[in-house]
Amino acid sequence: MVMKKLFDHGEPSYEQVNQDVIKSLIETGPKYWMLLATTVGITVVCFIVPWMYQIHMGVGVAGMNRNAVWGTYLSNFIFWIGLSHSGTLLSAVLHITQSDWRKSIYRSAEAMTLFSLMVAATFVMVHVGRLWFIHWSFPIPNPMGLWPNFRSPIMFDVMAITTYLTASSIFIYMGSVPDFAAVRDYSSGLRRRIYTVLSFGWRGTSKEWHTLGWAYTFFAVLVIPLAVSVHSIVSWDFALSTVPGLHQTIFAPYFVCGAIYSGTAGIVTVMYCLRRFLGFERYIGKIHVDYLGKLLIALSMIWTYINIMELFTGWYSGSSAEIEFLKFRLFGFYAPMYWEMILFCAFVPLLMLFKSVRLNWNRMLVISILINIGMLSERFIIVSTSLPRKLLPDSYGFYFPSPAEISITVGSFAMFATLFLIFIKVFPAVSIYEVKETLNPLRRAEKT
Amino acid sequence: MSVLDTIRKYREAGYYKEFDYHWGMTVDLDRCTGCEACVVACQAENNLPIVGESSFAQRREIKWMRIERYWEGEYPNAKLNFIPMFCQQCDEAPCETACPVFATYHNQDGLNTQIYNRCIGTRTCAVYCPYEVRYFNWFTYTWDEPLERQLNPDVSVREKGVMEKCTFCIQRIRQAKDLAKDDDRRKVRDGEVTPACAQSCPTEALVFGDLNDPESRVSKMANDPRGYQVLEEQNTSPSVVYLQKVHGDEEAI
Repeated sequence: MVMKKLFDHGEPSYEQVNQDVIKSLIETGPKYWMLLATTVGITVVCFIVPWMYQIHMGVGVAGMNRNAVWGTYLSNFIFWIGLSHSGTLLSAVLHITQSDWRKSIYRSAEAMTLFSLMVAATFVMVHVGRLWFIHWSFPIPNPMGLWPNFRSPIMFDVMAITTYLTASSIFIYMGSVPDFAAVRDYSSGLRRRIYTVLSFGWRGTSKEWHTLGWAYTFFAVLVIPLAVSVHSIVSWDFALSTVPGLHQTIFAPYFVCGAIYSGTAGIVTVMYCLRRFLGFERYIGKIHVDYLGKLLIALSMIWTYINIMELFTGWYSGSSAEIEFLKFRLFGFYAPMYWEMILFCAFVPLLMLFKSVRLNWNRMLVISILINIGMLSERFIIVSTSLPRKLLPDSYGFYFPSPAEISITVGSFAMFATLFLIFIKVFPAVSIYEVKETLNPLRRAEKT
Repeated sequence: MSVLDTIRKYREAGYYKEFDYHWGMTVDLDRCTGCEACVVACQAENNLPIVGESSFAQRREIKWMRIERYWEGEYPNAKLNFIPMFCQQCDEAPCETACPVFATYHNQDGLNTQIYNRCIGTRTCAVYCPYEVRYFNWFTYTWDEPLERQLNPDVSVREKGVMEKCTFCIQRIRQAKDLAKDDDRRKVRDGEVTPACAQSCPTEALVFGDLNDPESRVSKMANDPRGYQVLEEQNTSPSVVYLQKVHGDEEAI
């Protein structure tokens, strides 16, 4: 097997890695502040304000009605949970298999996980009717002796998501401690004091490295089953009902596969932005886009297979309710959206079979965004075409998102961007110490 | 009996059979004329809000009792069938497992009850319900002066973000039990309690009573050969039995 080059533009020196990464933290231009102000502005105007209005008025502000009691909020929740899936999972799997190409991209991939999970958790809060009582879904001891219902798939969700959120935040933080120490050593003043606290007084003794390595591998092993379980559990919200189109045994693998699929596409998009705007061309190169592209092709094929199976099982059941629902999904009002999803998620990714597409960042950016548009539509279609075609024909309905829902959906992307923009100025977006592990140790003392 | 057996006993649907009541209803479709008197009675009894024209057009009406209409055949030989649809008080209700906070649960009378104060509004129960009989308060609905004076003091008024549903007029059942207790009787006699819908039905298509009592009117009706349960294949074991409409040669009559 031919060893692939990790670095497109030659191997950097140890010193240079430090400088390149810390520069991205310290040098903040007006462009960054303008971008941050824009995303914060969009978040407030498109997300916070409609949400506050909805809390004041009631969920009726959204377009949901009696049959379609779930709508865009829930489909967005699933989309963001899905987007969160690849980062930590990929990072953990590649850590265990000791793949060197992971080292320069994993930090931002994990950050993506963390922030999508936060956005997803926010969508749960947007979704519920009485936000002010949402703490009842946690097992908090209370004088009434009331407990949450552990049979409820929503309850599983609460447990799974909070566990995953905790585990992935610890995972990303733990991996960053030596880098915080590196930033501390390079900075002065207030920043130095902040990073002294963040780095837990890391000194780089061999005992510390040993403990970190052990703990990190432990968490990598812990996170993998968690990641798989979280989206399976999210799928059970649907699959445990008896609604045609949601009551599918294939839903758990379907959702996990779709989640990793959209998450990997999201990683490609984020990597493009890091290269383009933070100058990490040297560290994120052809090898990464090539491998991620191959992963995307494999996932798109699994995804397509599961989609065909989903239609097949519906048709094969012969139940009139299922057939009616399939007709609505394939030829009803949302049919264009369905076929758009098939085009973007099943056919467009096949272009990546060509090396010329896979190694071209611009083409990969377009494909990755198209995949995520497709996946967003997929989640929307699951909710909006199943619920209006339930079992009693008298209750057939229709769902279309209201302006508030569309605005909150747009705002959620701005919220994610805001969190990510803050992240790249606090965390070293490329892992300093792990990139150095891939360098030639003989060049350690070299100065640039 | 081992501990496991004790637990298994409670896993069986209808464990309340050893309790005093199993409230149930029969709906005789042959008698139903689709007059919707039950719908209005329910509205008045249970403080159901009037959602207004635009909300109604958005399918956000709140009617715990509704008459579903199904057309059969083409004009001029069209026939109209009515099915009154309300909470079936399933013994194995899908909605009960779904609620994360136990806002909906099965009581020992076989009723599927909803605790409005506990509901946080995830709406999962409405998705899981195959009968579509759970209604959500999309806004806080108010009653214009002087309409608020006709509100039933025995029933709470629900706020925004709360799911609500038929409970066979649980306030009337409660009252009947209290009266029976005052009379030094252990059980409510058949016919002493009637939900608003059954009370107002001019053709007596709706019959309410205790299915645990083999002598009650509803038990006898439920054993009618015309009896069937809506969406039986969902295995929800509803407490409501529908008596099929008999299609005969109408001209011969």
